[in-house]
Amino acid sequence: MATCKYDWPAAGHRELIGKSIERIDGPEKSSGRAKYTYDTNPPGRLIAKTCSCPYAHAKITSLDTSAAQKLPGVKAVLVVHPVGDEIQWAGDEVVVVAATTEEIAEDAVRLIKVEYEQLPHLVREEDLKKAEAAGRTKEGGESTTGDPAKAFADPDSVLSEGFYGLPVITHCCLESHGSVTMWTDPKTLKTWVSTQNVSGGPGQFGQGLRFKKVDVEDNNIETICQYIGGGFGSKFSPDRWGIEAAMLSKMAGGAPVRLMLDRNIEMEMAGARPSAYAKVRVAAKKDGTLTAWDSDSWGTGGPGPAGHPPLPYVIEPPNRHWKHTAVLTNIGEARAWRAPNHPQACLITMGALDDLADKLQMDPIEFLKKNVNLAPPILRRAYSEELVKAAEMADWKKNWHPRGDKTPGHIKRGVGVSLHTWGGRGHNSNCNIIIRPDGSATVQLGSQDLGTGTRTVIAITVAETLGLPVDAIKVEIGDSKFPYDGASGGSTTVGGVSNSTRRGAVDALDELFAAVAPSLGVQPADLEAWNGKIQVKGDASKSLTWKQACAKLGVKTIQTLGKNPGPCHLGDSGVGGVQIADVSVDTETGQVKINRIIAAQDCGLIIDMKTAESQVYGALIMGVCYSLFEQKVMDETLGVMLNPNMEFYKLATIGDIGEFVVHMMTGPGYDERGVIGLGEPPVISPGAAIANAVTNAIGVRVPTLPLTPDKVLAALEKGEKA
Amino acid sequence: MEAFEYASPKSIQDAVRLLGSTWGGTEVMAGGTDLVSAMKDGVVTPKRVVSLKNVKELQFARGGAREGLRLGALLTIRELLDLPQAKQEYPGLVQAADGIRGEQMRHMGTVSGELLQRPRDWYFRNGFGLLAEYDGKSLIPDGQNYYSAILGNSGPAYFVSPSSLAPILIALDAKVTLHGPNGRREVELSKFYRTPQSEGEREYVINPDEILTEITVPAARGMKTATYEIREKEGLDWPLAAAAVALEMDGNTVKRSRVVLGHVAPVPWPSPEAEEALNGKNLTEETADAAGKAAVSKATPLSQNGYKVQLARVAVKRALMRAVKGEA
Repeated sequence: MATCKYDWPAAGHRELIGKSIERIDGPEKSSGRAKYTYDTNPPGRLIAKTCSCPYAHAKITSLDTSAAQKLPGVKAVLVVHPVGDEIQWAGDEVVVVAATTEEIAEDAVRLIKVEYEQLPHLVREEDLKKAEAAGRTKEGGESTTGDPAKAFADPDSVLSEGFYGLPVITHCCLESHGSVTMWTDPKTLKTWVSTQNVSGGPGQFGQGLRFKKVDVEDNNIETICQYIGGGFGSKFSPDRWGIEAAMLSKMAGGAPVRLMLDRNIEMEMAGARPSAYAKVRVAAKKDGTLTAWDSDSWGTGGPGPAGHPPLPYVIEPPNRHWKHTAVLTNIGEARAWRAPNHPQACLITMGALDDLADKLQMDPIEFLKKNVNLAPPILRRAYSEELVKAAEMADWKKNWHPRGDKTPGHIKRGVGVSLHTWGGRGHNSNCNIIIRPDGSATVQLGSQDLGTGTRTVIAITVAETLGLPVDAIKVEIGDSKFPYDGASGGSTTVGGVSNSTRRGAVDALDELFAAVAPSLGVQPADLEAWNGKIQVKGDASKSLTWKQACAKLGVKTIQTLGKNPGPCHLGDSGVGGVQIADVSVDTETGQVKINRIIAAQDCGLIIDMKTAESQVYGALIMGVCYSLFEQKVMDETLGVMLNPNMEFYKLATIGDIGEFVVHMMTGPGYDERGVIGLGEPPVISPGAAIANAVTNAIGVRVPTLPLTPDKVLAALEKGEKA
Repeated sequence: MEAFEYASPKSIQDAVRLLGSTWGGTEVMAGGTDLVSAMKDGVVTPKRVVSLKNVKELQFARGGAREGLRLGALLTIRELLDLPQAKQEYPGLVQAADGIRGEQMRHMGTVSGELLQRPRDWYFRNGFGLLAEYDGKSLIPDGQNYYSAILGNSGPAYFVSPSSLAPILIALDAKVTLHGPNGRREVELSKFYRTPQSEGEREYVINPDEILTEITVPAARGMKTATYEIREKEGLDWPLAAAAVALEMDGNTVKRSRVVLGHVAPVPWPSPEAEEALNGKNLTEETADAAGKAAVSKATPLSQNGYKVQLARVAVKRALMRAVKGEA
């Protein structure tokens, strides 16, 4: 194969790439020195608090902020929703107030008098008929391929019917949404934002402010985010409340305004993962070959449509039909939640396929292997290998049994499998690579590290290319002053930043070679960077140390611009993963305990094995949370969320998650695909794998997540009656 | 949080003098783990908070096997867990304390605060009142009653008693000492809790001008005790149901028993039915299950909490088996 200038170093020529390397900002974070948006307190900063609507659907009939305005310490009061506006969900902001202290801001909020005319609301969608009767549904798409009716009618086929679903959940970022903004002069805005999109910040602030008649140019806006306490798809913009903070700052003479959402407001207003419920029919030939799929699904993402789960997921029978209905509710807006729509589609599909495998009296892994050719061609190899690998790690042959653990006692054990996919192509990225005559090397780009290890991956890529240790590279990100880099969403970051920094670093090295070659009496093309030296290929005795080499630059500094996309194949799209859950269920109490989750995952060429594995661990924790605990609980009468807190919006603790075993697929067949993103894929399968494992343990399906004791006991009772 | 006056008296007498005669105006703070969050949420809005932190005479644990235990109001959950006498004589009490899993809660939270914490009911905590009344009736029977009461729930209250320690302490015939303007009085813990009949009433009989200063636990006299909690999560979670038992045994025969359920009714729920099913019987898996069944025989679950009937039954059975097996 012809080599291309920027190609990744071949296996055996990688000092750092693919090794397990500690994240470079670990000490900053664990010592508390890392400053998050929440920690940003420029002198004179004001605190903003929101006055929120207590009703799910209401019209504002009167509004009086005069008492709040007069309260000493209040510096600015901004009406978000004036009289006449209709509010679509409880918790939405009506007025925001900036004051010298948090307490004064809260006191001011209590002084605001708002009157509402309450309007009819709908906050629950499990019952589609009820939503239809209320006129709150909208067609969400429909598609037919092949001839499903004929395939289902085939007398030789085995049919399975079922109901599957999962509720609306929230993101629960450790750091809530928000920003600190200040006008350093009347034309210049500085913003610190908890954001997944640093480079996009100035444009988003500019557009939002100009819409509100605030005159500002994008190039006079700076957005900073050095550290962020999670985003998961919910933080792609400064949001309306970011614009409000900038307006409050303007009203307060440019003083810094910190507007971070309180946890309850965050849970009500800052985004929800759409629910999905589906009635499914699926058929296969007696030998297990899938023939047909039919699904009637619905779900809600708040007042507007929110896409639909891609059904059937990954494994597509030749004859298929799906129909989706959007239920429009007053629960707050949908937002991308790590792998948007995939966990929903995965639970529904993998649950239905698991039920069909049972009808066929087939081992679900054998059943998936049999039908892996119905997956997209690019993924078939990965799935085939991952199914084998995961089964081996899970000791599947020993632990799997036909449905219902027949061993005595009330603790029943079961295993379940699921598979998933994601794209993950690298986003557009630009970076500066700077090599100074003293040997210092810097990389700058307007990216952000969501906690995924982006800084570390950048350092490793540049260090590998320049033949230096990781700590020799200064990584500067998190500021919109640096070259434009894409938003961190859709698992696009690692591909984007690794590819741009590779190209930039190769070009920078070429310039260094040109400066060094004469002194070694060779051509630049004869040189390589290796182990802290610039040396002649094939003759390591002829070399200069990195510092000696850089000294040859004299007073000149090298600066190159690395870009993605660009020449040479450095990355790709499309990954597969297989997960197996091993659970124990207490059939007397309905409690589900995770014993182990096995994850086999590919993501092309891995830059840092440690942070890659960490991504999977994190995703599995998130997966356990939404499988066993999470749901946005809404009261039907009041229309409000009853659990907008970390007490009753339950997340797993360390004792709940069990043991995780992660295996990253690497080597031939994977590495040459280049770098592909990993953030979303491993969070997709846990729901289906855990639900299937519970079914395997107790012999009956618990149709919807979360798998709480009441549902497990109800399923057992129903199973006994059947 | 609304502005309030903070008082930090040094003696019980001074503390009592700072209290008011009606609920709402003044709140007493021990560890503050519940009170401060309730104040932040605007669920309580005291004008004065009387902190007991500097009342050193409330920081003690005394007694032992023969004379019983005396626990000062400010004894922390962590200190209770580490108390040798408690570990040896009252395993059921230590098991109940162990259900409070947050280490920060254990270090800040006190035994008196644990008994006096307000219900966790989500309608109450979201500002809709302890009885969650709306348009003249409770929201709970037709609302989100997944965690609500299955016993003692004929109205107007549907919340569940939040205390993890009260059931076992009641099973042990514990008393609490209350100090008020007219001196001290002792109340049996079994008579300490009540179901409020109207909004504004509290769920216990302590008066607004009294302070709970001490918990007295009679000598264990070789009784077998245990607590069993069923939670959704391993930690940082409230039990869905819990049972505490104290058994006087003659060999394997139950001479006398106390069975108290937690988190299933607006008050800790003693079960004479379960006790009757046990007394005079050999304690086996079957009699334990029969006692569990008897304990929930009068349960009246709401639309979403039928599962708690099964959980309470299992909790009683498992607490009994744990008591006789002597598990830690």
